[in-house]
Amino acid sequence: MAEKDIDLKKVKELIEIMKQNGLEELEIKQGDQKIFLRRSQPQSSAGPIVTAVPMMRQEFVSPQSSQSTDVVGQTTAKHEENLIEIKSPIVGTFYSQPTPDSDPYVEVGSSVEPQTIVCIIEAMKVMNEIKAETSGTIAEVFVTNGQAVEYGQVLFKVRPD
Amino acid sequence: MARYFLRLGRINRNIKSENMFSRILIANRGEIALRIIRACHELDIETVVVYSEADKDAPYLQLADEAVCIGPADCAKSYLNIPRIISAAEITDVEAIHPGYGFLAENIEFAQICQECGITFIGPPVEAMRLLGDKVMARKLAQQAKVPIVPGSDGEIKDISDAIKLANDMGYPVIIKAAAGGGGRGMRIVHNDISLRSAYNAARTEAEIAFGNGSVYLEKYIIEPRHVEIQIMADNKGNALHFYERDCSTQRRHQKMIEESPCPVLDKHTREKLCEAALRVIKEAKYVNAATVEFLLDKNKNFYFIEANTRIQVEHPVTEMVTGYDLIKWQLKVASGMPIKMSQKNIKHNGVAIECRINAEDPENNFTPCPGKITKYIPPGGPGVRVDTHVHQGWTVSPTYDSMIAKVIVHQNTRAAAITTMKRALREFVIEPIKTTIPACLDILSHNLFVKNEIDTGFVERNF
Repeated sequence: MAEKDIDLKKVKELIEIMKQNGLEELEIKQGDQKIFLRRSQPQSSAGPIVTAVPMMRQEFVSPQSSQSTDVVGQTTAKHEENLIEIKSPIVGTFYSQPTPDSDPYVEVGSSVEPQTIVCIIEAMKVMNEIKAETSGTIAEVFVTNGQAVEYGQVLFKVRPD
Repeated sequence: MARYFLRLGRINRNIKSENMFSRILIANRGEIALRIIRACHELDIETVVVYSEADKDAPYLQLADEAVCIGPADCAKSYLNIPRIISAAEITDVEAIHPGYGFLAENIEFAQICQECGITFIGPPVEAMRLLGDKVMARKLAQQAKVPIVPGSDGEIKDISDAIKLANDMGYPVIIKAAAGGGGRGMRIVHNDISLRSAYNAARTEAEIAFGNGSVYLEKYIIEPRHVEIQIMADNKGNALHFYERDCSTQRRHQKMIEESPCPVLDKHTREKLCEAALRVIKEAKYVNAATVEFLLDKNKNFYFIEANTRIQVEHPVTEMVTGYDLIKWQLKVASGMPIKMSQKNIKHNGVAIECRINAEDPENNFTPCPGKITKYIPPGGPGVRVDTHVHQGWTVSPTYDSMIAKVIVHQNTRAAAITTMKRALREFVIEPIKTTIPACLDILSHNLFVKNEIDTGFVERNF
């Protein structure tokens, strides 16, 4: 991916500023560029870690790619292995609850069994009830009510019993 | 997914006409999906492309505004799956669907469902598709339009004795064809009563399996014909134009390998009559959008209607090169309701164009399909060369889909120059390590019968 050249002189100046002011982390956004600097503890390494992160250009929207920004629920289950994914078997619109006024079928922490309905995906005016097809606890919800979903899109992750 | 392309801004904000679609869905894959995306970009139409899991890494997906995964590799669950495609169209809120060629392009049920869902099907009206899609009905329509047809049965053959009587009346050889078919399936050529008996049953069975309809009809088999087809575009106001002919006689097992325009043996008078005949068939069917009317040309320059294809065809670039018009853009404009304002005399034919279809098949091994990963890919270029493909270095050719991976089209002032350029282009074209039909195309282009225009639809199978 093309990156604009990082101005090294500027980075050195920023490092100096951090040292002088005892800052541990510094993040600067400018246009489509972002610079993030973190000083590690004095005893563990030589100097600050510099990571230049170019801002992504607006990505072509595939519903798949937007899933990470639409996380609903209190805790995201980071780095947990062995989570089972519930994926959309069809193309359509995701509804988390049976009617607009009711509670969602499941939330983070809900317990599920194979026959538990976890959501509805509407396709061509047909409301398809999607079953968990696994046992466990909902660890993460990846989609929001009314969101368009494609085939294979991850809807939930389940922590098996 | 790695990102390859610069984000395209809208290229042509000012050019779009009022009625033009703002967003369409492309219900196809590979080179034709890319072709349609390109036309849409230049017309400032937003694109949604569907894909199966097998195509998830195709770079052309990134050229579309949105890409929606509709299923696994299996066509029945993806590119042939009407509910999934309509669903994708609904969630992305498109105004129209372009079906490309193959898959659902000539599926009456699909066209009907699009209509019922308020989505414009970029192609003919359902009734026109029905009339011309059934080969038996199309023959009747051609007769009504006073277009010569190949002598044959008046509709479906009822039973074997019916077939034998007709075959003897017409004189052998005869060909059995499937009413609902195409692509060479359900076809049998027979030379006498004995082979007719067995071939009749075999053809019926094959047609039943391939098309769900075992109806067959009989035609006189024209000896060593040329296959000549006329490109037509019609609008919904009854205007229709032709874009001259393509000669597609270089076939193997009824699959076209090389196409060219003009037909090198047609005189001006026969060409005019052919084009007029094609227009009559289209108007008789009240057809709208792109179509191709196919004829057989016998050695005495008599032509006979065989069928009409109610879609844009693989070989459409040949016509684009010799007339200078973008047929996909025309399809989009006509479908959005724009009338054809151009008159026939504005469509001129320039030079000679030839197209070679490149398939992932091994010509030394009976053209067995050769799927696999392409590790080295260097396409040809230079003056007069056009390459239409979705394939690139690193692309994996899947066994699930059609084996065609690229089309090379050349355009020059004369046929000799076009052949020279095509040979140069094919020699430059590197696709490794899979086997392709490039060597077979080179052999055909070098064959003295091809060079001297002494070919017919049996030429490839007799000589290679």
